[in-house]
Amino acid sequence: MTTPIEHAGAGPKAPILQVQDLVVTFPGRRGSSTTVIHGVSFDLAAGETLSLVGESGSGKTTIGRAILGLAPVTTGTINLRGRAISNVPRRERRKLAKDIQVVFQDPYSSLNPSMTVESILVEPLAAAGVTEGRARVRELLDAVGLPDNAGSRYPREFSGGQRQRIAIARALALRPSVIVCDEPTSALDVTTQATVLTLFKELQEATGVAYLFISHDLGVVNEISDRIAVLYRGEIVEIGEAHQVATAPRHAYTRRLQMAAPVADPAKQRIRRNQRLALAASTASASAGDGQPITTS
Amino acid sequence: MTAGPERTALEDEVSLAKEPPRRSVTRLLLRHPLGAPCLVLLLMVVLVAVFAPWVAPWGPQETDLAATNAPPLTPGHLLGGDSAGLDILSRLIWGSRQTVVAVLIVVIVSVAIGVTTGLAAGFYRGRLDGAVGFVSDVIMSLPGIVLLIALYALTGPNIPVAMAVFGVIVAPTYYRLVRAIVLGVRNELYVDAARVVGLSDFRIVGRHVLWAVRAPVIIQTSFVMAAGIGIEAGISFLGLGDPASASWGIVLQNSFNGIYNNPWGVVWPALAVSLTILALILLGNALSDVLQSSARSKVLPKRRRREIVAASARQREEQPVNDSILVGSSDDVILSVRGLRIAYPDAQGGVNEVVHGVDLDVRRGEIHGLVGESGSGKSQIAFSTLGILPREAVILGGSILLDGEDLLADEARMRAARGRRIAYIPQEPMSNLDPSFTIGSQLSRGLRAARPMPKKDAKKLLVDLLVRVGITDPERVLRLYPHEISGGMAQRVLICGAVASDPDIIIADEPTTALDVTVQAEVLELLRELDHERGLAMILVTHNLGVVADICDVVSVMKDGNIVERADVDSLFAAPNQPYTQQLLASSRTVELMEV
Repeated sequence: MTTPIEHAGAGPKAPILQVQDLVVTFPGRRGSSTTVIHGVSFDLAAGETLSLVGESGSGKTTIGRAILGLAPVTTGTINLRGRAISNVPRRERRKLAKDIQVVFQDPYSSLNPSMTVESILVEPLAAAGVTEGRARVRELLDAVGLPDNAGSRYPREFSGGQRQRIAIARALALRPSVIVCDEPTSALDVTTQATVLTLFKELQEATGVAYLFISHDLGVVNEISDRIAVLYRGEIVEIGEAHQVATAPRHAYTRRLQMAAPVADPAKQRIRRNQRLALAASTASASAGDGQPITTS
Repeated sequence: MTAGPERTALEDEVSLAKEPPRRSVTRLLLRHPLGAPCLVLLLMVVLVAVFAPWVAPWGPQETDLAATNAPPLTPGHLLGGDSAGLDILSRLIWGSRQTVVAVLIVVIVSVAIGVTTGLAAGFYRGRLDGAVGFVSDVIMSLPGIVLLIALYALTGPNIPVAMAVFGVIVAPTYYRLVRAIVLGVRNELYVDAARVVGLSDFRIVGRHVLWAVRAPVIIQTSFVMAAGIGIEAGISFLGLGDPASASWGIVLQNSFNGIYNNPWGVVWPALAVSLTILALILLGNALSDVLQSSARSKVLPKRRRREIVAASARQREEQPVNDSILVGSSDDVILSVRGLRIAYPDAQGGVNEVVHGVDLDVRRGEIHGLVGESGSGKSQIAFSTLGILPREAVILGGSILLDGEDLLADEARMRAARGRRIAYIPQEPMSNLDPSFTIGSQLSRGLRAARPMPKKDAKKLLVDLLVRVGITDPERVLRLYPHEISGGMAQRVLICGAVASDPDIIIADEPTTALDVTVQAEVLELLRELDHERGLAMILVTHNLGVVADICDVVSVMKDGNIVERADVDSLFAAPNQPYTQQLLASSRTVELMEV
């Protein structure tokens, strides 16, 4: 059996995950290298949702991958419950699987098309040596709102939203204390996105899991987060309580992000557009976003 | 309950339509016109080899002096005898044993070496990859047949060893094939997910990677088997095999030595070798059809298309559908779509209609938003106005009128309008620029195709336009290659290309979806300005209601291949009529920052 999540032991604000001065450098050709994360620090408390928001090239996905052990940590530390988890051998790393899980952006390529939903969900359980697999699979399917008979079907028989539910069920299988959600709703339709976000919140209430939620959309992040960190070119430019960051940002870049997202109301959007244009005219850095090279973050 | 209405049927109409029916590979192979005969022939060879002692009328070395150089159909010797009085049929039957064993050795050795190294090198990359790659290159550069002849000096006539060495020589073909596939698969998110759930590398390769290389390896194996038979017969024929044993190559050699006395003798072993090789190669092709069928699109034959269109027209006459939304026509309308119906082939050989009789009018100077979720058919409409629907799509009926002329009725008219009067702004700016040409040459070529003019004039016009779309140093940008510019700039370049030919209408298919939100705002601003300056009409396909509110004048909401609601932008957002529109609006407002 996996350990249940410690509700009692850790206080509400005790950090479960600590990232300190994280620097990620990717080696390039002929000895050159690119640093994409320049000393990022933040804490994630148990049961909390912290969002990393930023545009392409801001490094938000790289931070998530570094925490998951999928990207190199050049300097800095990542601690889980006070224990360093960065740059540990792969054997050690695999023991952490119980505690840190992931939901990726693309529900099409994150599920192996040749495996049934049941074998996808049993896989993490088997890797951890859990034997009560089948019963747990039914429990998981139920938790994410999929029918019992979904287990014997293949991913291609499901819609994008349903596939993302399968991916969420896989992440929950080992009862982790942290789930890294890398743009989990950006590939979904707007109505599906709303239901999946609700599911994330319900699951958090039920299991006490903490989310590190990565997104480019300040609106989505505002809907789900307790706190928001805004990333710009590999640095956190603003971090704070979600509502404050999303609606009354202090940093100019956050403000630009906020103003740029169009709202689904023509009258309000006209006002917002004029304000945005005024803001753009008053800031010299108005066109900074365009000159930025596109890198896969 | 949180699930809400989940759509499965039309989530992604095109990919679902392409989905092959799920039948077992064996059944598909047996139904394949080449698969079944080849399988039967190969099975016969194997059975004959296994049951040789019972099937063969004579022993492998049993001579019948009366049958020396006997012609075919001699009693007791169906295919005749060779110069030593051995029965050719029996020798071939016994020889098939050596052929089967030789092929098994080649396949086992080459798959064991090639697939294992390919998996390891592709998965771990690094030094291992470099070292294995070097060894593989060395082996591939060795002349195989010369090596096998040289081997004879060491081992004497020893077919199993020779075949094992041949297995090593062909192993690099497996290595290269497998490595290339693994390089693609190791970056799949499901492999990352498997790492995160704590699977060992061994299990990741076994569960996730091996599956992806299965089909190509099976196909390759049938070709390697064919090569193995050829090589075994070849070295036996050259006299490097054991002359005491029976093998197709040795029978051929014996018959060849006696070709003047019994010319028929060479035909039978040659036939056995050629037919088996042919069967293996055709089986390989059949396997590749069956295992990789999903990679091929299903384009219906012309006749079947006409039948379907006619049947659909008849059905439509029988039960006329009352179009719920009446489209007002006025002189101002530049483009109108009438009763457009589009279908895709389904697995059962019929078609699946994805757009059900859509009417749409776009006026001059109007930005018409076409909103819907994935699978609603909005992109299908955009593509059909440009005549760039996928080849397998079938237009069941309807018309697309540009200034009153039906583009669907005449392919030449469509071609004349596309790029000149109707321009296109795509969703993915990067994949719509050719990476091997500079921005300047692509823009200039497109412009001069639409409006013939000297190069110099084209360049001047483009430089002015690039400045207009917000590029500050146009001369430099024209000399750059697509990978040297950002996504936002690429979209500006494409917008420049779209307006350069001075079109009447622009079809913009999710033009800002791939862009960052700050860049999106700038691109929308640009589109709005261009539209006002030039009095362009525009169809803007999007799923984002914020974008619609920002830029559109009129909105059509699509669901499941129908337009369910149409109104001017202010009234649609203020008072949506249809429950679906209300649901869309509610969903997008939950994730919106209304406070400014």
